Amino acid sequence: MAVTVSNNTGETVANPMARALREAIYAGLIALGLFILFIGLRTDQNIRNELVLIQRWGLLATVVVITAVGRFLYVAFVIPAIERAKAEKAAAPAAVAEPGFIRRNFNWLGIAVLLLYPVVVVSLVGFQSSLKWVDNFGIQILIYVMLAWGLNIVVGLAGLLDLGYVAFYAVGAYAYALLGTHYGLSFWILLPAAGIMAAFWGVLLGFPVLRLRGDYLAIVTLAFGEIIRLVLINWREVTNGAAGISGIPKVSFFGLMSFNVSDPNYISKVLGIAQSGAYYKIFLYYLALALALLTAFVTIRLRRMPVGRAWEALREDEIACRSLGINTTTTKLTAFATGAMFGGFAGSFFAARQGFVSPESFVFIESAIILAIVVLGGMGSLAGIAVAAVVMIGGTEILRELEFLKVVFGPDFTPELYRMLLFGMAMVIVMLWKPRGFVGSREPTAFLKERKAVSSSFTKEGHG
Amino acid sequence: MQYFVQQLVNGLTLGSIYGLIAIGYTMVYGIIGMINFAHGDIFMVGAFTALIVFLILAAAFGSVPIVVALLVMMIVAMLLTSLYNWTIEKVAYRPLRGSFRLAPLITAIGMSIALSNFVQVTQGPRNKPIPPMVSQVYNIGGISISLKQIIIVVVTAVLLALFWYLVNRTALGRAQRACEQDRKMAALLGIDVDRTISITFIMGAALAAVAGTLFLMYYGVVSFSDGFVPGVKAFTAAVLGGIGSLPGAVLGGLLIGFIESMWSAYFSIDYKDVAAFSILAIVLIFLPSGILGRPEVEKV
Repeated sequence: MAVTVSNNTGETVANPMARALREAIYAGLIALGLFILFIGLRTDQNIRNELVLIQRWGLLATVVVITAVGRFLYVAFVIPAIERAKAEKAAAPAAVAEPGFIRRNFNWLGIAVLLLYPVVVVSLVGFQSSLKWVDNFGIQILIYVMLAWGLNIVVGLAGLLDLGYVAFYAVGAYAYALLGTHYGLSFWILLPAAGIMAAFWGVLLGFPVLRLRGDYLAIVTLAFGEIIRLVLINWREVTNGAAGISGIPKVSFFGLMSFNVSDPNYISKVLGIAQSGAYYKIFLYYLALALALLTAFVTIRLRRMPVGRAWEALREDEIACRSLGINTTTTKLTAFATGAMFGGFAGSFFAARQGFVSPESFVFIESAIILAIVVLGGMGSLAGIAVAAVVMIGGTEILRELEFLKVVFGPDFTPELYRMLLFGMAMVIVMLWKPRGFVGSREPTAFLKERKAVSSSFTKEGHG
Repeated sequence: MQYFVQQLVNGLTLGSIYGLIAIGYTMVYGIIGMINFAHGDIFMVGAFTALIVFLILAAAFGSVPIVVALLVMMIVAMLLTSLYNWTIEKVAYRPLRGSFRLAPLITAIGMSIALSNFVQVTQGPRNKPIPPMVSQVYNIGGISISLKQIIIVVVTAVLLALFWYLVNRTALGRAQRACEQDRKMAALLGIDVDRTISITFIMGAALAAVAGTLFLMYYGVVSFSDGFVPGVKAFTAAVLGGIGSLPGAVLGGLLIGFIESMWSAYFSIDYKDVAAFSILAIVLIFLPSGILGRPEVEKV
């Protein structure tokens, strides 16, 4: 963590090695200070349930030495290398390279890869073992892509900072869970219903708070997200409290085929193939993909419509917007409602996939993760957001799979434990490395003669 | 009436803790205009440091006078927690200064996740209870006031006085206020802006560490996830009072404390947080920049 501490006092040190050594000692001392109580000692309960301290000085020494050495290597070798590369780049004539095939057709290639993904997985590892890859990676990532694209409408296009997006996700999930279990309505009826309900909540929240700007808006949306979660926990008669709702009906194949083994029209009976849970997962994968692509399609089309242009204008300059006669209130409300609707779609899909919902799934950290994906992807860029979702969610999911680490660190090592720690650190590192996100430029929707990418340093992020 | 006053006392205790944390949010917001999401976890680190120091003291000396123990816990917690916040500012926020507004917000959220999980990984996920440190309870006219509550209110009052003096009467405070008004101009007039910002983070963390120590003493238990809820409430308090305003942070903290204790006393304890958040929303609808906040001036 302390690897990037900069002690740049501005003086020119003749010997870079001496400087690196000095910085390494500083970093080591800081690490010692930070970790002496937290790594050097561990609080544990003894048999009488009293807290006792366990000493771990060896581990502390290891961590401090690693930090110091890392800092030394960084200052002595990495920084000069980066500087050299920069100097070379500046010296070389700016050659405008024609974007390669992959770059030009990135979106279509991406969609093709996503379409083929389950086929490839099944053909590589067979039906039964494909479950994990299609479900944990494919569907999980697609849900986050869907959510992030939905939030992108609010944050990336309209420039409204929403820290409680997960509330709409929760509304969608509970709408499906409650109506599906109590009234036995089908997913295909409840999906639009959940979307409308979430949009309705978006308007309900948006109406009073749209007078607020910037961080005030952020905190009210955060508060709203928490209120929804707390109500879900405490309104036990309806939501069953923290225990959640289980037995949520599965999605059917448009009513033609079912994925319940006991049903007469169970898929393997209809098609005459062997029973397997994998069909349902693969079907859900394509459903998630379709919903995500729908979100993307609507976003792209909306950006070309007056309302989408108004959103982006609002992000760039609210005062100019108002003076040009755009009704900022309705513009903000439509952004909120549209974003919320996609959150609701994602929520009802989530409920159908899990078969179980509980308030645990809708904590603030989820909102933060979705927002982080939007920002890391480069706000407003759909492809960038998808890449960010794959990197962040796929990356943390893959940590569960790293069995070989057990060989390195001993059999007690559980990589899952470090999942969120690494996730948090990755958020920081990616942001420091690319503050404008993976895709730092925007595609203009209105242009003269030729479409040129706009560097995001020219776009604003809104104040509302 | 007695019941009401009793709730006032409880609210004052809670509000003091929220107020101490809220100052850290509001100062950082005032000076660099970012929401330091990791501040709640800084508070948790403070509480955890106090816990470990308490255990060290207990292991090394057996029984220590409570005043000494509390003082040592507070001082060590203040030092180490400041070091955490200082490092975080240097690593995660400073390189992004002048970058766009959401970038430091995301690193702050990342740091918040990383900090709480760091403590979970190194200290284990369980709740950490300690034996009660102070247990005297006084009965004044039918209202029971525990020594814990008195300590919390007194410590908060003393710290706030000290803090008020620091901000309003010293060169450092003047530099801070100058940076808050106009960072560029302050730099031109010879104020070391980076240093001032670092000190602001250190001061915020020190107050949060005291709040953490008091929290540990009051509840007698702490866990790695304890940073989030007090953090959000303190931030709510800062916004309620008008973010950027120091008296506003304390006022907001007290208000949130009162709302919470009154609501749990007269209505339902389950919905006390809902009440606090709803009142925030209602206040902001009518006073869009908080109670003591300066209204934002729109420039064209």
